[in-house]
Amino acid sequence: MSGAAGEKRGETILEVRDLRKHFPIRRGLLRRVVGQVKAVDGVSFTIRRGETLALVGESGCGKTTVSRCILRALAPSGGAINFTVGGRTADLATMRRRDLRRLRRHMQMVFQDPYSSLNPRMVVGEIIGEPLLINGMTNRAERRKRVTELMELVQLPAAYFNRFPHAFSGGQRQRIGIARALALNPELIVADEPVSALDVSVQAQILNLMLDLQDRLGLTYLFVAHDLSVVKHVSDRVAVMYVGRMVEIGETEALFARPRHPYTEALLSAAPTPVPGAASTRIVLEREIADPANPPPGCAFHPRCRYAIDACRVQTPVLEEIEPGSFVSCLRARELSLRGVAEEA
Amino acid sequence: MATPTDADKFAVATQLQLTWWRFRRHKLAMVSLVVVVLFYLVALGADFLATSDPHASDARTSYIAPQPIHFFDDGAFRPFVYGIKGVRDVKTFKLVYTVDTGRKVHLELFGRGYTWSFLGLFETDIHLLGLRDAQRGDGIFLLGTDQLGRDLWSRLMVATRVSLTIGLVGVTVSLFLGVLLGGISAVYGGVVDTVIQRLIEVIRSMPTIPLWLGLAAALPNDWSVMQIYFAITVIISLLAWTDLARVVRGKFLSLREEDFVMAAELAGASQGRIIFRHMLPSFASHIIAAVSLALPAMIISETSLSFLGLGLRPPAISWGILLQDAQNIQTLALAPWLLVSAIPVIVVILAFNFLGDGLRDAADPYG
Amino acid sequence: MAEPILKVRNLQTRFFGTEGIVRAVDGVDFDVFEGRTLGVVGESGCGKSVTARSILRIVDRPGRVVGGEVWLKRAGGGPAVDIAKFTEAQMRDIRGPEIALVFQEPMASFSQHYTIGNQIVEGIRLHMGLDAPAARKRAIELLDMVGVPQPARRVDDYPFQLSGGLRQRVMIAMALACDPRILIADEPTTALDVTTQAQILDLLRSLQAERGLAIILITHDMGVIAEMAHDVSVMYLGRAVESGPVAEMFARPQHPYTRALLRSIPTVMAKPRTRLPTIAGSIPHPFNRPAGCAYNPRCAEIMGEICGQAEPPQVDTPQGHVRCFLHGGAP
Repeated sequence: MSGAAGEKRGETILEVRDLRKHFPIRRGLLRRVVGQVKAVDGVSFTIRRGETLALVGESGCGKTTVSRCILRALAPSGGAINFTVGGRTADLATMRRRDLRRLRRHMQMVFQDPYSSLNPRMVVGEIIGEPLLINGMTNRAERRKRVTELMELVQLPAAYFNRFPHAFSGGQRQRIGIARALALNPELIVADEPVSALDVSVQAQILNLMLDLQDRLGLTYLFVAHDLSVVKHVSDRVAVMYVGRMVEIGETEALFARPRHPYTEALLSAAPTPVPGAASTRIVLEREIADPANPPPGCAFHPRCRYAIDACRVQTPVLEEIEPGSFVSCLRARELSLRGVAEEA
Repeated sequence: MATPTDADKFAVATQLQLTWWRFRRHKLAMVSLVVVVLFYLVALGADFLATSDPHASDARTSYIAPQPIHFFDDGAFRPFVYGIKGVRDVKTFKLVYTVDTGRKVHLELFGRGYTWSFLGLFETDIHLLGLRDAQRGDGIFLLGTDQLGRDLWSRLMVATRVSLTIGLVGVTVSLFLGVLLGGISAVYGGVVDTVIQRLIEVIRSMPTIPLWLGLAAALPNDWSVMQIYFAITVIISLLAWTDLARVVRGKFLSLREEDFVMAAELAGASQGRIIFRHMLPSFASHIIAAVSLALPAMIISETSLSFLGLGLRPPAISWGILLQDAQNIQTLALAPWLLVSAIPVIVVILAFNFLGDGLRDAADPYG
Repeated sequence: MAEPILKVRNLQTRFFGTEGIVRAVDGVDFDVFEGRTLGVVGESGCGKSVTARSILRIVDRPGRVVGGEVWLKRAGGGPAVDIAKFTEAQMRDIRGPEIALVFQEPMASFSQHYTIGNQIVEGIRLHMGLDAPAARKRAIELLDMVGVPQPARRVDDYPFQLSGGLRQRVMIAMALACDPRILIADEPTTALDVTTQAQILDLLRSLQAERGLAIILITHDMGVIAEMAHDVSVMYLGRAVESGPVAEMFARPQHPYTRALLRSIPTVMAKPRTRLPTIAGSIPHPFNRPAGCAYNPRCAEIMGEICGQAEPPQVDTPQGHVRCFLHGGAP
């Protein structure tokens, strides 16, 4: 039942090139534009069919803006978003709204907040069935059959068809949200922090479900998250952002074991681990995350970087492939040897 | 939710049911709901509850004080009131009418009185209370009479109908304007939004009383009671829609940011479906609450306009017109019972406000 | 080990809602020691935050502390006193000078209309009787102590001018204004980014080392517990199901809930694309609290009918305390 039938795993499904999204800063009575917040400033990456790319970073890094641009919930200020489906490639960044509607069914979203993402005035059956209804499945019985199928897929009892969202726990609501996203057999799922609002004991259930669904349906995930331990469990590759720019992209295992960018190193080191005493060797970054409305010159990370040299203050690094599959945007990427995290046996 | 059946009931309960369950716990609001319903029942059956023709004046019954109903006659349950008799004043030689405690007039249920029509459907002369073997001038003056000898109780019943419906009609008009303009403002945004918002600000900044004065003064003198009734309604609602428009616009804007609206958009839903299937049902309850808070403002507006002599004019009867009679301090000294008309105004305004508060609290079961 | 500075016994707090009574905190015991951190960990609805508020008796209505003892060794020395029996007026001398509180969302705990300096100075003048210039000087010292850069300038900022991390530092400065000996930190880093979280946790640790603070750290994050706490208390639906020293707890968890929780946490050390062991079901709504041991419907090591019939009593183990029939206590 996967929509990816007949297409090869591993080929590029989404190519984001030099994506920009600037928000104007307006001041005064006449709302004159006095500056730009460069929320996303020249971001490039690709996602391969059937893989999970995790987009990580802290607040204000632009990861959510990137995901909204890909879904065209926001109109990009520049760059290209090439989406390949059914052997044809289209640029979503410049597409008109009317044409977008046909492509949207191949690309769906799982939201962070399981409470606000479900309409409290519709029953579960209507919520999951809505994309089907909109896209032409007007036969009630046929729709009900498909919704029941989807509910089984996400392990929700079909008896809950007529229940309202308020009767469900956070984890169950997130299952409903996933079933709705799967209704149209999409190829790409953009999951925006899908487990960060859930209790610890429920997080694991949803993460496992997402992995199982990917194996069964050949889905491709863009997994937006801030929690590196969650990312380690679900992703094939990781892309790290800092203040609107991509700082590092790499295979998950390689990136965690040997980060190439000082920011990735600090991020890994700051992630709390459930091992008493592990914190003693932590790298604690100084100062605050840079303001995207007024980023520092050169490398935006240099004021917090332990390895910064004079060149970092003036020269803006570009993302380059320093090893096959490993992209870094750091002037000293080739000379630094940074510390990662050990893997459990 | 103690038993599984309760939990199941809760699980398939609609938002309306949840709102009702929550509203039911709000005791003051429940009482207010009952009061408001009672008032509208009175409005519906005003003529049935009236005991004598509210328009019929009779010099003999001028300024009769409120008369109680005596329930027991010679130890048996036979309710009666006393009749009216004329007495020659020994100093002025004027004929003065007073209560004649020597003559009992018995009451009957569903007695006959003046002819009235129920919503224009049928005509009847049956009233809740009637008098048996009444002579000219006799009547059940529960709340006394005014200068022209008209029974205040009967007039109050009919006034309730006028004052309460003028609020309903007014709110309907301003609700239509508010939802339309507030919705347009939120959906289109940009210049349209700015223009509508500035318009709202201009209207809200105008002092209401002089504006009403101007508009009401512009009404032609020869208009019928009905025409003036509608004109006043329109005038009041033209100024009252701004609050509703703001509520609608604010709700629209906040709902547009909700994830479930974005999910519908991603599923390919049209603008119309998003507005009518997802957004409108979500704030219907807020609108109901806003309406129940707007109604008392309407009623007050009509009452003050009529009180100042700018709204409805006699022979129409409304609370404001009844209170107009109580404007004169000398009249009040002579007939203090004329102030009774203020009581329903106070009660209904309070009830509407409590009801609105209760509805607002209950509207968002998770808010 | 020394005498505990704070001893909580059988603390009970209930919420008298219109739908019924919720036993939010249902007989919680723990000890807090000078210079040590007690971590209280649990998921939503376990009552960890209400526990903290119950100690200071600042539970929001319709909640009310209905029982229990809170023995505090006061600053002046002498025997411990039960502050659960204190009047509201007496409690005012406890909140701030003896026990201070840091909240999760610093923005909500500040007034938006006063500068942060004003708000710190207010507390200092109220409790320490300093005059205005001296209190301001002390406020600047406090900001400097918690690592706010350029404290003399920042003292005149309004809360909205600060970043999340700085706001949390100011919040800590405010809590420390009256030199308390016990600091209750309720999810102090949950709203913050990881790198900022690391900074704040670092700050709390160094403040503890310098001043011998006793800290009660409330969190849902086992990672934060592992790195900060000396002793841990794990809560589930209003009860402390297991408590003991941190190293023991992570090495040999005694309660099935603790065991399952520790296994189900994602870590950066895992192999990519591995499935995590899960805990079945979800946390019951407080109104539907299961009979017997509240965890029994989700428990993987359930012993039989007894778990659904009787509440397991607290049993001492070599590691600490546990409430589970696996460790005895069955009637």
